[in-house]
Formats: sequence, C-alpha cells, structure tokens
Amino acid sequence: MPEAIRAEKLFKSFGDQQVLAGIDLSVEVGETVVVLGASGSGKSTLLRCMNFLELPTGGRIYLHGNLVGTPLGNQADAKMKYAEPNLQRVRAKVGMVFQHFNLFPHMSVLHNIMEGQVTVLRRSRAQAESRARELLAKVGLADKADSYPANLSGGQQQRTAIARALAMDPEVMLFDEVTSALDPELVGEVLRVMRALREEGMTMIIVTHELGFAYHAADRIVFMDAGRVYEEGHPHDILIAPKRERTRQFLEGHNQFRLPEAGPLVASEQT
Amino acid sequence: MQYALQLAGVLAIGALETVKIAVMALAISLPVGLIVGAGRYSRTRYFRWPAAAFVETFRNIPVLVSIMWFFFAFPMLVPFEISAYAAAVLALSLNTSAFFAEIFRAGIQSISPGQWDGARALGMSYRDQMRRIILPQAIRRMVPAFTNRWIELCKLTALASTISYQELMYTTKMIANAYYNPVEMYSVCGLIYLAIIYPMVRATYRLERRAAKETA
Repeated sequence: MPEAIRAEKLFKSFGDQQVLAGIDLSVEVGETVVVLGASGSGKSTLLRCMNFLELPTGGRIYLHGNLVGTPLGNQADAKMKYAEPNLQRVRAKVGMVFQHFNLFPHMSVLHNIMEGQVTVLRRSRAQAESRARELLAKVGLADKADSYPANLSGGQQQRTAIARALAMDPEVMLFDEVTSALDPELVGEVLRVMRALREEGMTMIIVTHELGFAYHAADRIVFMDAGRVYEEGHPHDILIAPKRERTRQFLEGHNQFRLPEAGPLVASEQT
Repeated sequence: MQYALQLAGVLAIGALETVKIAVMALAISLPVGLIVGAGRYSRTRYFRWPAAAFVETFRNIPVLVSIMWFFFAFPMLVPFEISAYAAAVLALSLNTSAFFAEIFRAGIQSISPGQWDGARALGMSYRDQMRRIILPQAIRRMVPAFTNRWIELCKLTALASTISYQELMYTTKMIANAYYNPVEMYSVCGLIYLAIIYPMVRATYRLERRAAKETA
C-alpha cells in the first residue's frame, strides 16, 4: 500500500526540554498504528506535530509523499519554514480527536459537525447537514443531533468529536488518548466506532492505554520511549513477546493487576 | 406648581445630557477597548506593550483628574479649544476603554486552550477560530463585567459637573444653590439617576440569566 503520512527524524523541544528526539514513523494508507509509551514519552506531542498543532523544531513530515513546508536551504537537515495557510490545508486533511473532546459548547451536536465543513471546506449548509446526519447515524447518535455537548455522556461527546473530525473527509485520523477521560463502561462504545473505521480502511494513528484494543485493532504497534521509537512490530510480538527491556517493564506494569481468564462457562462453550 | 414644572423641565434636559455623555463614551469605549484588548492579547510586543501602557495609564488615574487635565491642561498644549462635553467624553472613554480592554482580554483567556485546538484541528483560520468559536463563548462570559462597567460609566458622568458641563448633577447643583432647596434637589437628583440606571441593571440580570442558560 502507498504511504499516507510519514514523519522523518522529527524533533520537538519546548524551551530546553526535548520531547521528540528524532522520530521516524511511516504509516500506510488503510493502516492502523497504535502508539504506546509511558507518559512523557512524547506520544501526544508526536500526534500534535503530525497535524501541526505544534510546529516541529526539526525533521520533516510528508503527507501522501508530499513534503509539508519549505526547507530553508539545500541540506537534508535544513530547517523548515511553515506557512499558516498551508498548515491549515494539512490540518483539514488530518483529523484529530482529543482526550477531552474539545467540542464547541455553544453549538448543538449537529452544528459541531457542520462547522468545519461550512467554514473550511465551504460546503453549503444543506450539504454539510446531510453529511453530518449521515455521520451521526454511523456513530449511533442520530437522535442527538439537536442536543448540546453538555447534555451528552462522555462517550457520546467523544463519538460526536469523531464524527466532527470525519466530516472533513480526512485522509488520516489521529486519536490522542480518546478513552482516557471516560468512565470504564463508556470506553467500549468509542472503541467500537474506531474499530468500524479500521474495517472501512481509514488510516489511523492511535495513542491509547487500552492494550486489549491495541492487540485486536492494530496492524502495528509502536512503543515510544524518551522521544524515540524504541520498539515496533506486530501487536502480538510487542504485547506478548517484547524483545527490549523498557517495553517489557511497561507491559509488566500493565499486567500486574489483570483479571483472571474468563470463567469455565466460556471455556466449556468452546469445547 | 408652575415653578415645579419649570424645574422638572430643566432637570430633564440635564438628565438627557447625562445620557448623551454616557452613550457617547460607551460608543467610543467599545471599539477602542476591543482593539486595545486584542493588542494586550497579541503575540507581537509592538502591539502588546503600547496596549499595556494604555490600560495601566487610564485605569490608574482617577477619572476626575483626567477630566480636569483634558479640560484645563490639554488646551494649553494644543492649538485648539476643547469643549466641556468633549473633555468629559474623552476622559470617560479612555478610562472605560482601559477597563473594557481588560474584560475583553480576560474573557478570551478564560476560554480553554482545547477550544483553540478543536478549531485549529479542523483547519480553521485564526480569524474563523476567533469569530466562530472563541468570541461567541467569550462574549457571554464578558456580559456581566461589561454591564457593570457600563453602570459605573453612567455614574461617573456626574464628574462632568466639575467642569461646568450642564448635565444632571450640574443642573441640580445650580438649582439647589439658587433656590436654597438642597434637600429636595439632591434627593430628586439621586432618584433620577436611580430611575435611569436601575432598569439597566434589571435588563443586565435578564441578559446574564439567558447567557447562563444557553451555555448550560
């Protein structure tokens, strides 16, 4: 499959604190990549740099093989110059869903999903509305079109946020810990929407702590440590048989308090 | 009776002048406050510093002092006369603009960074982020503070009487001095201010309740 988005030797510092230390990550069209790592390892910053909510301090980003920005010089590591209108076009094509939803509280669910279509893509209101309703049905919120975000559960808000991002017909979707702020019983409804997207062939980069979801939904897992890709591979290889020390430590922390395996009822049904 | 009616007429003219000053000062303060507030919020220091200087200067000088300054001192520095009306409006506008600028800035800054992120992630321009997402939310939060300041402005207009501008306060003082009836005159004067301002306070409450309901 062709490449959808690629980060090349990506660096990002805030002041003298380096968060990304030369990340290389390439994602194919239709691929689902899950990014794991301890907090502070740079996962969120990586996503925010890939749609330029933060400007990388070094390195390159390619969208469908096209370099974003203009290099200031001919060397391979020349600094990049980014023009805001150019970045706006990139952001419109790279959808993002946030941990805290960031829905617009002064707009109804329907208008949240129409907003970008109308102001950025210049779709007519009728067109935007029919697309919004289509997406609301898809995320299971057809009856909530006229509600305001404050009157929705966390899971419903997050599904609205996913619909809002999808309304832009993005080429890549970025998910930044989208279930971390949800009650456990609401996590499933959001993950199901994401799995459905994967089945439709959406290109996705997902930062999450849901290891079970990562195991079942990812084509590839990238484990980050100290602003670098530390280990990557097939979900089974990374989650069940990690090769490197930090990855093992990280998973051990997660595995210490696991539920016991499913009870005999399920087991007997299988035999 | 004839005499009471005459006084009422004079007071009505005074009250009208009071409203005229207040409305004019408001009309100037709103745009100036918005511009200075935006300057305070700007990322470029060439906008930020002058805006900060403006705010701190006019917020921290008593309005009475700047009225006196614009009426008595300013004309000695420039080659033209300045009317009492202009001096009062100017001093009140600058003071109110400074407060409006702060309200505006605080209102914008009270919007969570996530709202900017949400709008930017859709590919919206800075203008659209501000116009469609940030301002509609910020303005609702600013309404109570703006109306407080507006009420304060209405009351501060009484200071124009010190430079003999014939608004409500000055008119009252003249009549009280001429007819030796300070009890009646100052009481009536207070009641007229109350009658002008209290309905606005009520309207403000309604506006605030509505804004609160819409964001809920």
